[in-house]
Amino acid sequence: MSRPDDSDGITYNFAYLDEQTKRTIRRAILKAIAIPGYQVPFAGREMPMPYGWGTGGVQVTASIIGPDDVLKVIDQGSDDTTNAVSIRKFFIKTAGVRTTMSTEQATIIQTRHRIPETALKPGQVLVYQVPIPEPLRFLEPRETETRKMHALEEYGLMHVKLYEDIARHGHISTTYAYPVRVDGRYLMDPSPTPKFDNPKMDHCPALQLFGAGREKRIYAIPPFTSVVSLDFEDHPFEPTRFDKPCGLCGAEGVFLDEVVLDDEGGRLYACSDTDYCERRRAAGHRGEMLADAPAFVAAPDNGERQ
Amino acid sequence: MNLDEDQPILEVDAVTRYYGERRGCEDVSFEVYPGEVIAVVGESGSGKSTLLNVLSTELEPTSGDVRFRLRDGRMWSLFEMSEAERRLLMRTDWGFVRQDPAQGLRMSVSAGANVGERLMAVGERHFGRLRAAATDWLTRVEIPGDRIDDAPRTFSGGMRQRLQIARNLVSSPRLVFMDEPTGGLDVSVQARLLDLLRGLVDELGLSAIIVTHDLAVARLLSHRILVMRDGHVIEAGLTDQVLDDPQAPYTQLLVASVLQV
Repeated sequence: MSRPDDSDGITYNFAYLDEQTKRTIRRAILKAIAIPGYQVPFAGREMPMPYGWGTGGVQVTASIIGPDDVLKVIDQGSDDTTNAVSIRKFFIKTAGVRTTMSTEQATIIQTRHRIPETALKPGQVLVYQVPIPEPLRFLEPRETETRKMHALEEYGLMHVKLYEDIARHGHISTTYAYPVRVDGRYLMDPSPTPKFDNPKMDHCPALQLFGAGREKRIYAIPPFTSVVSLDFEDHPFEPTRFDKPCGLCGAEGVFLDEVVLDDEGGRLYACSDTDYCERRRAAGHRGEMLADAPAFVAAPDNGERQ
Repeated sequence: MNLDEDQPILEVDAVTRYYGERRGCEDVSFEVYPGEVIAVVGESGSGKSTLLNVLSTELEPTSGDVRFRLRDGRMWSLFEMSEAERRLLMRTDWGFVRQDPAQGLRMSVSAGANVGERLMAVGERHFGRLRAAATDWLTRVEIPGDRIDDAPRTFSGGMRQRLQIARNLVSSPRLVFMDEPTGGLDVSVQARLLDLLRGLVDELGLSAIIVTHDLAVARLLSHRILVMRDGHVIEAGLTDQVLDDPQAPYTQLLVASVLQV
């Protein structure tokens, strides 16, 4: 299944990886789905991008994508930041698949941090790019030891970290990579997703796959699986809340980015999910700062929207 | 806990450990009864640490067996338990106080979290209760309550050692291993630590095995003493008896070489 690339005459296999590699990665993915939250080692390949840019996620996407798939790539919720644009272009070039910015139309969504605000549906796959897959690494640097701790369900150490948070800051101050227990068994790091999105992982209808390129680990949350954020009885888990609605589309209960507007303290809080925000504005919703916001914030280049 | 005081809590049965051709310890047998403190003394290289590491399952013996009485009264061979059971035992029924507190503590997390770790490991999920237990134990080992949120990095050597003791005793262990617990501390701090340990061991009815090269520590803390040389126990008995009237020539030498001030 290969297609020639138009521009420079190089022939890539469909979606860059060779078929044998895709098969080994698919086997790892199947194992990960069978054992929710368990980190499956896989023979990660060198990708034509540096570690930390999403090599794990790209390999997972490359292994599951087919010619009929519609791909959406987001970085911090946004469709048009560097990482998202370059990964989208990578798959346009090597697989020739259709891409989209619409969460609803996508069959595969590769993400760096966020889970889209639009609810995911059965049949969709969310692929996360993961920098550090091991949630216990903070307190236990030995890999042999953390594996043993997973095997024996010795997860007390994770609460030591949360205890430290409360002791130092008066509340659990971990706001991203907030540890969760998957299916009542494995401790998992949703890294580096904000804890705001943790509740969306619980019983999500879509399949969630996590790829860590540098550490060569794949893990998964099958659809409709319980995902519980760790906490203390007297300090329960609380997702991040924002006191304001989005300045551009007026949405409430969404994850907001802070945009510095000038050097006089001007701030705009706007949806981090650009697709969601634009859709709401197209439907006539108006935030209170929409008129004042600079053009590049309020109306980004929509050239790639399909 | 209603254990028969007449039954040993730990049985050490002909434990031998070789490192290749080299002997670590050979044919060591003894029993530890509830509430009893046993000192293992001898010069460096005599096999004390090898013995302690075998007893605490950090090393497998070449031959011989170590049996421990569980809370339900059954006597179990440590090396027939699964690793999961052994690890559970280590953080509930056992304690291990190391010579270097940096090995026994988590140096980068607060004193409170160090004390609370064992409780969290067995499922305590209430911050307030963890905090109360930590405060209680810090007081008991004479660490001021306002140091609860400080990392042990900022503690003096003596405080670190006392914190290590609190961290181990919080789970109410029945058997505590101590490897040179007063090593590296100056004499006045040693005296306070020994005083504290003696009080706690008495109060909690702990059994303990203390490895030390310091006969004064053995004298102060232990009921019985084992003298080791070249991997063998060459003399054993009540501490006062052995130290006041040593029978083996090596023990006589050992006792005679203590400086009298």
